[in-house]
Amino acid sequence: MTEPENTNSAPTRRKRLLADGVHDGIPIALAYLVVGFTLGIAARNAGFTPLEGFITSFFNNASAGEYAAFMLVAADASYLEMAVMTLIANARYLLMSCVISQRLRPDASLLTRFLVGFDLTDEIFGISAAISQKRPLDPVYVYGAMLVALPGWAGGTALGIMAGNVLPSIALSALAVALYGMFLAIITPPSRDNHIIGIFVMASFACSFFASKAPFLMTLSSGTRTIILTIALSAIAAFFFPIPENGENEK
Amino acid sequence: MTHDIHIYILVMSLVTLAIRILPITLIRRQVKSRFIRSFLYYVPYVTLAVMTFPAIIEATRTPLAGAMALVGGIFLSWIGRSMFQVSIACCVIVFAVEQIIL
Repeated sequence: MTEPENTNSAPTRRKRLLADGVHDGIPIALAYLVVGFTLGIAARNAGFTPLEGFITSFFNNASAGEYAAFMLVAADASYLEMAVMTLIANARYLLMSCVISQRLRPDASLLTRFLVGFDLTDEIFGISAAISQKRPLDPVYVYGAMLVALPGWAGGTALGIMAGNVLPSIALSALAVALYGMFLAIITPPSRDNHIIGIFVMASFACSFFASKAPFLMTLSSGTRTIILTIALSAIAAFFFPIPENGENEK
Repeated sequence: MTHDIHIYILVMSLVTLAIRILPITLIRRQVKSRFIRSFLYYVPYVTLAVMTFPAIIEATRTPLAGAMALVGGIFLSWIGRSMFQVSIACCVIVFAVEQIIL
């Protein structure tokens, strides 16, 4: 990550942070275009117009959650089912929102918190957590990433509804790993420098793999598996290897 | 269709936004509990790792391409390449592998 500290004036620093956010948001936006596109195909089958798809994606930004919702619309489910399904599919964001609440300055305004929470996707969460390991999260950085990522996702959905399946599958396959590449770039350096994080990252890989094959766990949605494993492994790590009392997020 | 698509959109959007916005706006001070602070410290690494594997090998048309992207991505991040570079490199690896073996 870049080191924007020690620059001359506050406006320059903010501009630079915004640019950093946009820079880190570009691979996210590219991948979101593809995610949105595939979601658009599902939305099209559920009878969404491009504008409805755009609005849905703009306010939801949740791949599994949206996909499940489009299936429910296609099946003419009740509004209550829709609410419960969305809650379950997106429950992990509750946890991410708790994490980021501790990374902002305590005096961050309500509006700031509202805006940062608005687009707290897996990826925006990832880069926000990565940049705020040692100092408070500056919302301007998050806004920069949102600025490119949000239109990517919503626009991709509208395009998917309009165009249907036109992207060649090799392009879809290649672009699909962009987000995982980003996740790797976020978790690898801390795993290299901190053995406890490294061990738990490897344990997460292993548990996630076994959970996707285990008799009962494999029947759960990947979103539900993610939240169960996250809570269990993070709780074990916190219990046996609590972070130092005084310092913020010690390395 | 007996249900209104706009109400569906409203319901899902409200639920999703509430999940994302309520904790960050309601928890405004630093948490004191050492356990919870430690828990929240580990969550990002654990959750991103859980989401990456085995999903990365299931996202590509051939698992080998995803596996190569995983190894390449870890190597490049290990030697300090930026998120942008790692991300693009993973795409290129998948493209190349699938071009060769498919």
